[in-house]
Amino acid sequence: MNAIYILWLRQLKRYVRSKSRMVGSLGQPLLFLVALGFGFGPIFQKAGGGNYINFLAPGVIAQGILFTAIFSGIELIWDRQFGFLKETLVAPVSRFEIILGRTLGGATIATIQGIIVAILAILVGFRPNIATIPIAILFMFLIALLFTALGTAIASLLEDFQGFQLIMNFLVMPLFFLSGALFPLSNAPNFLKIIARVDPLSYGVDGLRALLVNTSSFGLITDVVILVILTALTLAIGSYLFSKIEI
Amino acid sequence: MNNLAIEVKDLVKKFGDFTAVDNISFNVKKGEIFAFLGPNGAGKSTTIKILTTLLHPTSGEIKVNGKSPISEQDAVRKSFGIVFQDPSLDEELTAFENLEFHGVLYKVPKEVRRKRIEELLKIVELWDRRDHIVKTFSGGMRRRLEIARGLLHHPSIFFLDEPTLGLDPQTRNQMWQYVQNLNKKEAITVFFTTHYMEEAERIAQNIAIIDHGKIITEGTPTTLKNQTKTKTLEDAFLKLTGHQIREEEASGIDHLRMRKQMFSGRTK
Ligand SMILES: Nc1ncnc2c1ncn2[C@@H]1O[C@H](COP(=O)(O)OP(=O)(O)OP(=O)(O)O)[C@@H](O)[C@H]1O
Ligand SMILES: [Mg+2]
Repeated sequence: MNAIYILWLRQLKRYVRSKSRMVGSLGQPLLFLVALGFGFGPIFQKAGGGNYINFLAPGVIAQGILFTAIFSGIELIWDRQFGFLKETLVAPVSRFEIILGRTLGGATIATIQGIIVAILAILVGFRPNIATIPIAILFMFLIALLFTALGTAIASLLEDFQGFQLIMNFLVMPLFFLSGALFPLSNAPNFLKIIARVDPLSYGVDGLRALLVNTSSFGLITDVVILVILTALTLAIGSYLFSKIEI
Repeated sequence: MNNLAIEVKDLVKKFGDFTAVDNISFNVKKGEIFAFLGPNGAGKSTTIKILTTLLHPTSGEIKVNGKSPISEQDAVRKSFGIVFQDPSLDEELTAFENLEFHGVLYKVPKEVRRKRIEELLKIVELWDRRDHIVKTFSGGMRRRLEIARGLLHHPSIFFLDEPTLGLDPQTRNQMWQYVQNLNKKEAITVFFTTHYMEEAERIAQNIAIIDHGKIITEGTPTTLKNQTKTKTLEDAFLKLTGHQIREEEASGIDHLRMRKQMFSGRTK
């Protein structure tokens, strides 16, 4: 057993023990699936977009991952406020291992959340490719890694929850709504396309669509490459910021 | 030179333009029980945080176990155990899991770890509650768990920042007995702060008194009493630091503490 594993395990235990959090974070994706899926479905189909649930589900799965991942990262602020962070910081463990353990833990949770959303989606009519599901789960983990690392990096800069609303409104929500999770980018106005291109979640959504429903605007390889690069970058910045934390 | 566990020379810590630790110097010998006393806001916790790598000093030279907490953090971190002034447990984990987490981080081999966890939990009388979530523990039980945790990796220096705050006399006595025992048997160096003067008088071999970030005197309990011509350490302390309550700092810190406790649902 080593430090990374025990840090990972801790995140998981905390997740499993807080059922309310697990259930609570499924509310939003379910709402999107039902309200948008059934509400917009007929129009989408009439406009020649095909089955809207199939289009929407990967986007909502990505949303579930995004939210859980960012939250898991931001949980660092809790650790700081409740004092547990001190215990981790005085341990003879490299700061990179600490951040890696935490991030892997958060990403695992976010991936599980993504899988649960996928199951919910299937219950309301989503029909993904069966064969590519294992790869899709790996891809989900990649998305989860990126955003957990992002959440952790941001949390390293914050001392309390005062900035939290700001992050939700000016980072998480825009990341989601501008990613093409809800609408096809191909018919979107140019400015929106450009914005979507700089939104990392777009590549997550696109890659999930490529794997689960065989449609993609960027191509799976591009999606993976971009996500891997961004994740590495975010982790590097995150562990730098984390190593600067003073209590 | 190397019979020193802690060496502090001209240490300064500023927060903005406020000087919390103002050019202090002192040494703690290996195997010694050393009390760091001072009124609220004197700079005790800040000094401990610097020694334990949590804060960077503004200037000065420090050594813990012969190593620098700035440039040799890992070596320093391996050498000490700490009980923080403020809570530091994971409340969602059980008592056992908190210790297990600690043991793994400090690379204590599994066999040894399990044995020591059992031993320590029995000493702090939490063995029966090992599988209970810490959230359900009283303040004193949490404190005991933190003390057990700080010793799990057999540190050579044990920092205790107001370890007995909120403990009943039974637990307090037992805790000190155990720590003194450890100090005798394993020659572990103990560096502690407390606001209970009779505790310091009874336990400490050497004392430094700090006020407004400056060390005002140092010596054995007896020297301090002789120096001030007083009968108890409490009187000596009051004579040295004055009777005035540290209004600003005191209220500010208490406020913070209260908020923290309210936040974590902890009452003392
Ligand atoms: N992060 C910080 N930012 C600004 N000021 C700080 C910070 N930490 C401590 N201080 C200030 O430094 C001074 C020393 O604080 P410290 O916590 O070291 O006191 P202490 O001696 O431990 O007091 P107590 O007995 O109340 O625990 C106080 O005036 C406090 O307000
Ligand atoms: Mg203090």
